[in-house]
Amino acid sequence: MRFLLLFSRQGKLRLQKWFTPLTDREKKKVIRDMMMLVLARQPRSCNFLQWRDLKIVYKRYASLYFCAGLEDKDNELLALEVLHRYVELLDKYFGNVCELDIIFNFEKAYFILDEFLMGGEILETSKLAVGVSLEEADTLQETMEEYMSKPAY
Amino acid sequence: MLGYPAHFGQMECVRMIASPRYSEKRVGYLGAMMLLDEKQDASLLITNSIKNDLSNSNQYIQSLALCTLACMGSAEMCRDLAPEIDRLLRASNSYIKKKAALCAVHIVRKVHDLGELFTKAARSLLTEKNHGVVHGAVVLITELCERNSETLERFRKTVPDLVQIMKGLVISGYSPDHDVAGISDPFLQVRILRLLRILGRNNEAASDAMNDLLAQVATNTDSTKTVGNAVLYETVLTVLDIKSESGLRVLAVNILGRFLLNNDRNIRYIAMTSLQKIVGTDHNAVQRHRGTIVDCLKDQDASVKRRALELSLALVSASNIRSMMKELLSFLSSCPPELRSQTASGIFNAAERYAPSQRWHIDTILHVLTTAGGDVRDETVPNLIQLITNTSELHCYTVHKLYRALLSDISQQPLVQVACWCIGEYGDLLLRGECQETEPVQVHRAQQTLVFPSANSDCDPVNPLTAPLSLHNSTPDSRIRSIVSIYGSCIDVELQQRAVEYNALFKKYDHMRAAVLERMPVIEKNSQGHTNGETIKESQTVKVKPGEPQQPANQVCDLLDLLGGSEQPLQPSPALGSAAPPIPVSTPNTVGGDLLDLLGGLEPTPITPVATVTVYEKDGVTVTLGCEKQSDSGLTVTLTASNSTESDIRGFTLQAAVPKSVQLHMKAPSGDSLPARGAAKVTQMVVLNNPNKVNLKMRLRISYTSQGSAVQDTVQIDSFPGLGQ
Repeated sequence: MRFLLLFSRQGKLRLQKWFTPLTDREKKKVIRDMMMLVLARQPRSCNFLQWRDLKIVYKRYASLYFCAGLEDKDNELLALEVLHRYVELLDKYFGNVCELDIIFNFEKAYFILDEFLMGGEILETSKLAVGVSLEEADTLQETMEEYMSKPAY
Repeated sequence: MLGYPAHFGQMECVRMIASPRYSEKRVGYLGAMMLLDEKQDASLLITNSIKNDLSNSNQYIQSLALCTLACMGSAEMCRDLAPEIDRLLRASNSYIKKKAALCAVHIVRKVHDLGELFTKAARSLLTEKNHGVVHGAVVLITELCERNSETLERFRKTVPDLVQIMKGLVISGYSPDHDVAGISDPFLQVRILRLLRILGRNNEAASDAMNDLLAQVATNTDSTKTVGNAVLYETVLTVLDIKSESGLRVLAVNILGRFLLNNDRNIRYIAMTSLQKIVGTDHNAVQRHRGTIVDCLKDQDASVKRRALELSLALVSASNIRSMMKELLSFLSSCPPELRSQTASGIFNAAERYAPSQRWHIDTILHVLTTAGGDVRDETVPNLIQLITNTSELHCYTVHKLYRALLSDISQQPLVQVACWCIGEYGDLLLRGECQETEPVQVHRAQQTLVFPSANSDCDPVNPLTAPLSLHNSTPDSRIRSIVSIYGSCIDVELQQRAVEYNALFKKYDHMRAAVLERMPVIEKNSQGHTNGETIKESQTVKVKPGEPQQPANQVCDLLDLLGGSEQPLQPSPALGSAAPPIPVSTPNTVGGDLLDLLGGLEPTPITPVATVTVYEKDGVTVTLGCEKQSDSGLTVTLTASNSTESDIRGFTLQAAVPKSVQLHMKAPSGDSLPARGAAKVTQMVVLNNPNKVNLKMRLRISYTSQGSAVQDTVQIDSFPGLGQ
């Protein structure tokens, strides 16, 4: 996978993850092109596109479009499953996730993504394992904060 | 972040990463991944932090460092930290192992040589129980094998292990941890299949070991949900790529056939993409599904349409050409604009290769031009013209069809060009033909309507004027002349120029007109992009455009002198510009150019090889003269000067004088200094025109400076070699 983008129906970018080094300008171009291509699609059309030399897989969940750019040898149907799995993880973490959750807690969305994908490949195939590690990391974070903020008794 | 710029955060990130608190580290690393990439200088500052964190006791801190390195690690960082990663690959914790594996993948992608470092560890990771670790190991091994063929050989031994793991996944019962819609860990299954594909490619032994497994996966996987189809898709790709047995291949193609009939558009798209890959090798197998593929042409979805088009074009063969062409033509009339040019060119290619008859071929091309004329490539027009001239028995039919098409619709430019040309050439056939309703009046009216709109558009203006002219040749009519003279005062420069030239042709050179405007001979097919340098010598068949730009230039020069003396001052250069139009060395793209060719072809004498003679030799300076007869009265003389003295000569100039009736045009010399001892020569071209055929003499004055003193000398040339006088 080369990149993963989340954007709303109105063309606002909510999340961007790049797995290859690109300049700022190139990133902006890709984002613009993706939005243009994906938002122009009919509702019940095929989820796959061809763009330059990449395969683009996109899926719409409520008001958000999840868009991934794949290389030639990647499996498109599996990419659809990857996008679905990510949504499931978000759902489990936030409890009935909606776009607002992602807007206000974008860093958590990134943390979840980093537990699931790394370097463009899937890191952990088990939903439970991802959930467990996220919980533990959050506990670790809170423990530190509590420790630092609470006055010593 | 969230679409807003955030440059100020970079140093903050660096600071936060160095902080001992986990929460700050977490945010700092996230910021680093978002804001820094290997091109930023600040990224170097965090290398040390990452190194320290990689050896931290807390696994979550280690994982942060690994994640960041895998996301934005530059080549130097990777080289520095590779040994650390290798150590972590052997560490005890499976959480860290899986992250380290993917980090190693990133390192290998960045710095290919470091792959050696990870091979041993990768091998051992395959035996782990944790799916995450196995997945990471499989990805790492895939990456290593793709980069290095030796590593590939070594990892072939792992095929049995992989088959074992895969079997375990397929057969095993329900495991809540990894199950997705009834398939156990499809992500891992797909990755293993991909690795098996790479390992089994071009290798009989490995492929044999996999055959059973692949058959099992193909038959047992539930294909009602997308997940199952994802696994089946990967299986099919693997079967088709390795040296599988034929039964398995048939099974794979059948699965693809089933996919084609699926209601889900995604699946159909996938199926067509895969079939495209194998249409070259398993052509017959794919042919069986031709009906379904052609139906997909009518699908609403643009992506599906595109795939169906590509596949249909690949499936066209001699046996099904007629039915396929019908489908393709109906597709062309309703297809989205972005696919039009691809369809048109595909249709042309197919028609060229498999046309059952000439008439069918011409019909098909005409159909395409009428429906999608604006989207065809430029070579189509000359190709079609050539095709038409080659099928002489169909001239009458073709010109009638074109005329009727033109009457109904004038907007398609390529069609207009072809029609103009044909009507010009075969207008007499049109009139003589069976249609009584076509009178000369109507034809000329059609010509008028042709010329007016095309003068406004940026259509090639030369054509419409040339066609009536050719028509006039066969069916004299004064109206044509009046049409042509109207354009003598047209705003468009090209049109005006042409009109005046043709007017002159009518007035002064009426005796030549008939010969000039004779029907074009058959154009011989030239493959594109070849210069036709050698065609000049063959004078019999007028080939298209001689290679050297010099020759047409000279011919035109002479001919303009012929046509010259006309009312408006025709400068040689702009006329040259239009008369020898954008030189496509291989194919004609203007009919006017062809006309000029014809004019050029009137001169029957072939170009003789250049003969040289020394005309002046004194004080070490030698001037030789080479002569080339261009036409009946035109001559190109090449003067070459060389210096055999010990000192350089500067300011070398040549001046020439000829008898009064001979026209002289001297081109710029190649230089004006002659280095010593004949190191280099100076050449100068002189174009002569001798219309009255007087005895050609030339007086040459040579002047130069040598060793500080100026020298001037004159020599008279009475006989020119190669002139046969």
